Amino acid sequence: MLESNKHSIFQTINAASPIDKVGVEERVARFQTRSIKDDAKAQGLKMVLSMIDLTTLEGKDTPGKVKQMCFKAHHLHDLHPNLPQVAAVCVYPSMVAIAKQALEGTSVKIASVATAFPSGQSNLEIKLADVKLAVDSGADEIDMVISRGKFLSGEYNFVFDEIAMIKEACGVARLKVILETGELCTLDNVRKASDIAMYAGADFIKTSTGKIQPAATMQVTYTMLLAIKDYFEATGKMIGMKPAGGISTSKLALHNLVMVNEILGPNWLHNEWFRFGASSLANDVLMQILKLESGSYQSPNYFTLD
Amino acid sequence: MSNLEVLKTYKLYIGGAFPRTESGRFYAPVSKQGEVLGNICLSSRKDLRNAVVAARKAQGPWEERSALNRSQILYRIAELFSDRKEIFLKEFQKQGSSLEEAVLEFSTTLDRIVYYAGWCDKYNQVLSSVNPVNSSHFNFSTCEPMGIVALIAPQNTALIGLVSLILPALAGGNTLVALASENLPISAISFAEVLNDSDVPAGVVNILTGKQDEIAPIMASHMDINALISSDLGAIENAIAEACIDNLKRKFTYTEDFNQPESQGLTFIADLQEIKTTWHPIENIGGSTSTY
Repeated sequence: MLESNKHSIFQTINAASPIDKVGVEERVARFQTRSIKDDAKAQGLKMVLSMIDLTTLEGKDTPGKVKQMCFKAHHLHDLHPNLPQVAAVCVYPSMVAIAKQALEGTSVKIASVATAFPSGQSNLEIKLADVKLAVDSGADEIDMVISRGKFLSGEYNFVFDEIAMIKEACGVARLKVILETGELCTLDNVRKASDIAMYAGADFIKTSTGKIQPAATMQVTYTMLLAIKDYFEATGKMIGMKPAGGISTSKLALHNLVMVNEILGPNWLHNEWFRFGASSLANDVLMQILKLESGSYQSPNYFTLD
Repeated sequence: MSNLEVLKTYKLYIGGAFPRTESGRFYAPVSKQGEVLGNICLSSRKDLRNAVVAARKAQGPWEERSALNRSQILYRIAELFSDRKEIFLKEFQKQGSSLEEAVLEFSTTLDRIVYYAGWCDKYNQVLSSVNPVNSSHFNFSTCEPMGIVALIAPQNTALIGLVSLILPALAGGNTLVALASENLPISAISFAEVLNDSDVPAGVVNILTGKQDEIAPIMASHMDINALISSDLGAIENAIAEACIDNLKRKFTYTEDFNQPESQGLTFIADLQEIKTTWHPIENIGGSTSTY
C-alpha cells in the first residue's frame, strides 16, 4: 500500500470523535428495555441459532470432541424439525482438517483461529504459517488476533501492516479480526482498533478471544457497530460483526440483534454479516424455542452438551 | 418520644436475596379478623423460573455437603428460629391464631426442625441395603437426593405445614422452590429470613408468595423440577398430576395434620430420595473363601 494512501487513512481514523462512555451506556441500556414476545421472539431466536459460530478453543480439545461438535452444528436438536443449523464451527488450526471431514456435504462453514491465538505474541512468519496451516486444511474463515501490546504502545502502523499481510495470506478465506477489547482498556481504543482493522482489510471485526474478561459487552459491540456504520458510509463496503465471549443467554442475544438492526439496519441481520461466538448460547436458545412452543420451562438435561 | 411506625415489606426469597416479584404485581390477603396482612408479592411464572435456576445452581454443592454439615446447618435453623420467637408469635396472631394456638404452632415447628436436623446423617444408613444376588457381586442400594423439589405449602397453616415439608427435603440433600400459603404468607417470608441467616447456602431454599392456581401448573410442567409435593390441591389436583408426567416428576400429596406432633417421620425424607443400586464385581461372596 502506498505510504501517502495510508497517511490519509490514519487521518480519517484519528478524526473519529472521542467516545462518550456515559452516552454509550445510556443508549445501550435502552436496547435492553425492548420487549420481544411470541412470534417475533420465535423468529429472532431462530435467527440467533443461524448466526452462531459454535466454538471449542481448549487445550484439551480432541478429534472426538471436535467431531461431536460438528455433528451438533447441523443437528442442533433432532427431536425438533425445522430448526436452522449454526453458521460455522470455530476451532484451532490443528482441528480444521477433522472439522472439514466431519462437515462434508453440509453448508456449515469452518472458522479457525490463527496468528498465535489467543495472545498473538509471536513473530509475523509464525503467524503467517499458522494462517497457512488453517487455510490449507480447508478453513473458510480465519479469526486472527491483533497485537495488543503493539497497539497499546502506539505502534498503529505495525498493527495495520500485520492485518494487511494476514489478509493477503487468507486468500479467499474471510478474515475476522479479533480486537480483544478486554485488553484495550477504553472505548476510544476499541474505536481506533476497529478502524485500523477495517481499513487494513478485515471482512469481520470481532470483540474477543473468549479467554479474557470482560468480553463482548454491549458497550463494546455498540462502539464497533458504529465504526462499521461510519466505514460503510465512507467506503460503501459492508463489514461483518462478531461479538464473542459472555453471550450465553437468549435474552442478551436478542438485545444484540435489536442493536444491530437499529444501528446498521436489516441488511446486517444475516449470518453473512453478523455472528455470535459462543459455546453455551445454542442450548439456551433451543430451550427458549421449545419453551415457546410447548409452554413448559425446559431442563438442560434434555439437550446435548456438545 | 415515639418513632414513626416502620412497616416491614414482605418480599420473595430467591437465590439468597429478597427481590420483589419481577411482575410488579401484589395482592392483599386478609386475616380471619378482617385485618389486611399487607401488600404481598403476587409471583409470576418468571419468578418461578428464576427460583428454579437458583435452585439448580445450588443443588450440586448442597448435596455434596457432608451429612454432618447438613445436620449442623439444619440445627442452626432451629437456633435462629428459637431466637425469633416473639416475631413469629406476633405474626401468627396477626394471621388469625389465638395466643395459645400461636405458642403451640411455634413449639411444634421448633421441634420439627430439630427432629429433621437429627436425621441428616442417619437416613441413608436406615434406607440403604446390601442385597443378596445370585452372582459374584457385592450389590448395594443407597439414597441420592432427587434434586429440585417444588413445594406447594398447605393452605391452612402459616408455618408448620411449610416447615414440615421443607425440612425433610433439605435433610435429604434436595433444593426447594416453595410457594407459601396463599392467605397466610407472611411468616413464610420471616422464616426465609431465618434460613438466610442460618448458613443455608443461597438458592437451596427459595420461597414465593402468590396464587396456588397460577403457580402450581407451571411448577408441574417445568422440565427442570424433579418432584412436586403438596397437601390436597382440590379441584386442580388431577390436572397437576397430569402435567407432572412429561418429565416423570415424582408427585406426593400429604393429607396429614401437621400440627400433630406425630406428623413427621422418615417417610417424608424417603419419598424424596432416588435409590441407586450398584453391582460391584467381587470374588466368591458368602463362600468359605469370601473376602467380604
